[in-house]
Amino acid sequence: MTEKVINDFSITIATVNGSGSQTANVTLLRALFKMGIPVSGKNLFPSNIQGLPTWYTIRVSKDGYIARRDEQEVVVTLNPVSFARDLASVQPGGAFFYADDIKLPIARSDISIYPIPVTQLARAANVSPALRDYIANMVYVGILAHMLGIDMETIKQALSFHFKGKAQAIDSNFSTVKTAADWAAQNLKKNDPYSVMQMDSTSDFVMADGNTAAALGAIYGGLQFAAWYPITPASTLAESLNVFLPQLRKTTDGKQTYAVLQAEDELAAIGMAIGAGWGGLRSMTSTSGPGISLMAEYAGLAYFAEVPVVIWDVQRIGPSTGLPTRTAQGDLTEAYFLSHGDKQNIILLPGSVQECFEFGWKALDLAEHLQAPVFVMSDLDLGMNQWMTKPFEYPDTPLERGKILWEADLEELNGIWSRYKDSDGDGIPFRTVPGNKHPSSAWFGRGTGHDENARYTEDASTWENNMARLKKKYDTARTLVPKPVIETAKGATIGIIAYGSTEPAVEEARVLLKQAGAPKTAFLRLRALPCTAQVHDFIKKYERIYIVEANRDGQLRQILSAVLPDQAPKFRSAYHSDGLPLTAKWVKEAILAQEEK
Amino acid sequence: MTTPAPTQTNKAGLSKNDYRGLPSTLCQGCGHNSIANQIITVCYDLDIVPEEIMKFSGIGCSSKSPAYFLNRSFGFNGLHGRMSSLATGALFADKSIRAIGISGDGDTASIGMGGFKHMVRRNAPIVYIVENNGVYGLTKGQFSATAEIGLDLKHQGINQYMPVDICMEALTSNATFVARSFAGDAKQVKELLKAALSHHGVAVLDIISPCVTFNNQDNAIHSYTWGKDHEAPLHEISFIPALDEIELQGEFAEGTVREVCMHDGSTVLLKKLEKDYDPTNRANAFQMLESAQLNNWLVTGLLYIDESKPTLTETFNLVDTPLNRLAEPDLRPARETIEKINAMMF
Repeated sequence: MTEKVINDFSITIATVNGSGSQTANVTLLRALFKMGIPVSGKNLFPSNIQGLPTWYTIRVSKDGYIARRDEQEVVVTLNPVSFARDLASVQPGGAFFYADDIKLPIARSDISIYPIPVTQLARAANVSPALRDYIANMVYVGILAHMLGIDMETIKQALSFHFKGKAQAIDSNFSTVKTAADWAAQNLKKNDPYSVMQMDSTSDFVMADGNTAAALGAIYGGLQFAAWYPITPASTLAESLNVFLPQLRKTTDGKQTYAVLQAEDELAAIGMAIGAGWGGLRSMTSTSGPGISLMAEYAGLAYFAEVPVVIWDVQRIGPSTGLPTRTAQGDLTEAYFLSHGDKQNIILLPGSVQECFEFGWKALDLAEHLQAPVFVMSDLDLGMNQWMTKPFEYPDTPLERGKILWEADLEELNGIWSRYKDSDGDGIPFRTVPGNKHPSSAWFGRGTGHDENARYTEDASTWENNMARLKKKYDTARTLVPKPVIETAKGATIGIIAYGSTEPAVEEARVLLKQAGAPKTAFLRLRALPCTAQVHDFIKKYERIYIVEANRDGQLRQILSAVLPDQAPKFRSAYHSDGLPLTAKWVKEAILAQEEK
Repeated sequence: MTTPAPTQTNKAGLSKNDYRGLPSTLCQGCGHNSIANQIITVCYDLDIVPEEIMKFSGIGCSSKSPAYFLNRSFGFNGLHGRMSSLATGALFADKSIRAIGISGDGDTASIGMGGFKHMVRRNAPIVYIVENNGVYGLTKGQFSATAEIGLDLKHQGINQYMPVDICMEALTSNATFVARSFAGDAKQVKELLKAALSHHGVAVLDIISPCVTFNNQDNAIHSYTWGKDHEAPLHEISFIPALDEIELQGEFAEGTVREVCMHDGSTVLLKKLEKDYDPTNRANAFQMLESAQLNNWLVTGLLYIDESKPTLTETFNLVDTPLNRLAEPDLRPARETIEKINAMMF
């Protein structure tokens, strides 16, 4: 046996989708997390309910790296269909576990091979035949627990969490885990170097997914209305609203301060959200790329009629239906320019689960403050996978309701006000909402040309002045959106810009680049569009700017090139999009290849 | 010195002027203008405070008309065919505010058909008026989905397709109030509007409203002439507000009148004409629409009503305070909850 490798490798589990393996996979992830070892889990699943191959990858990293890796040291397969590919994927020196009823050739001598009697061990479990297939997945949990050294107590904690404390479910699953672990102890001889060991690196973290975080953030942001239409990978965001709103936002007499409505399509969903936003409710919708495409017309209305609304885009790879269960950052230009006519939209770019929570409430504040649609761009990787993340922080600023006039305000103004007048010089007008009983409160919302009092007009200069004010409002947005996170390094000549879920890969790549002797790098993680002043300063400061993104066309580079055309010659792209989260190795190599030119 | 004659006011202390809109820019004689005028009259007559109404519309000639009534009401002229979703969201803002939506046959029966039917099936509390003229007016005279087969229009040729019947679509989607009327029958439009405004849920009013510019040929079924010649009212309808006494005398003799009690305590009286018609029976309504089509009748009146179903907003058990008046203490969970939430994560 070669030298031991502790807490620094990747595990991939290959199963058939619909077989219940997700419970087992997440149990492993959580158990490792509870052992204090930094972990990340990526579910690579098909767009299907039952029967197709699916993989789950867990990375354990003593150094705290949580980006996906391509290399797999420990592979488990229960799926004959993917068997050959799974076997080939094991790194030399790695470990390969397989269900022993798969009778296929194994022509590798550079790895450790462990057949496991999954069916037999599952049968030994004392559960009804209907549950046996699900329980079978607990067999590999037990085998890996013994072979890698995962603490049985943390497995029990993970099961207890998953089954919400239900003793019978916990016990039957745990007994299968134990049976399998005992069998491994008696029958398998460890030949590979991979194992885990207790650490203390996760106590400051919780595990959650971005969609749950986004929903919770919105709830703490005073969300009052949400409309949505089912779509992978965004559905769990709205479903999480339905889980947590009743717990957090009912009055003592059980009444709701909110409403969530499943619409007939995405265009209706945003239409409802805009109706509610116009009515003075903190309002949002959540969808993915195909839904954003459908929402285009309404997004333009909200921009032009100046209605607050938040749109979450949990991106998947497109165009068209694309790969509904694979990730990408491919909707950026679409959302930025969404709908016809002159406009740019306000975009927030959460880079972590904790930030999904934070932007969940901030987006509602910004939408009401700016009376505009605010897009929040998450993605499948961030939204649906479990991440270790800093605990959610209670909002540190009060609800921002924007310039809204009620009866008393209008009384003070003697009823004199104009819906679309720039009274404060920031491009943001005042508004009133239905239910206001003051006789001069009402105005007529429209997507057609309008004057300062919301009356229809085709007058040329009125049109142009209104559009100029909207542009000014966008400049005001520039001062309000979240600033980028910047990491400088003394003597750095290269700047890297990235956003969203690629941050872990970029952070790790910077270390790899340093090890490879590349020039020093500074890093800007963009968190919003329009670009704040700090983004301009950063770009101007470095000789070369690498823009890392998970799409084919370098969409952020396109936008930044338009924003700062004189800086564009410095831009270099590191973009890649195959449906999988970027790896640090790929980012490093993409940059290195261009540095060596 | 003469004192000006006192302006007549209603019980809300408002004059008819308080209910008017901007001058109409639609064609002289357009059916939509007479409907707008009836809305003004009805809201005045019922002492509705204009600030307690919201107006919605899509795109098209009909959808322009909310600008021509109730200037003091909030309004939103949204997207083509998408009034349904816009209004649905807005209904949650303050559930004490009543909603009137104005759409057309292009807006509802073509581009907006899906949204329309879903709004209907959810029983969203709104008066949904379709100003139905069988033609696209604002784009200059194309066939709409309610145009009859064989209709001959200038520049368009002859319509080859069967029409969509708005009332039938509403009924199949489980509407709780379905009525058809004719803009040329102002009295009926007025009484149906009153009933619709008292209805508990979605009230679909399909009003044949002739387009004098593009589709008013005597033989076209959306024309004034055809309507006048073929209108077959189901009953003579009158609306009695909640607090008014119902006096049945003279022509309203016993046995000849149906009383429909509305959820808000008002009553709709339906005086029998040639045949008795029971608008609380859904199967009747289907049959009546089928017969009307076969026999070339313009059947008008209250086709179907059900006051017992919960409305969309009622299904949510909302707080009594309008949602849009709730402030931070009601909207942001208390600080101590965040720890519990973090503990719920793994």
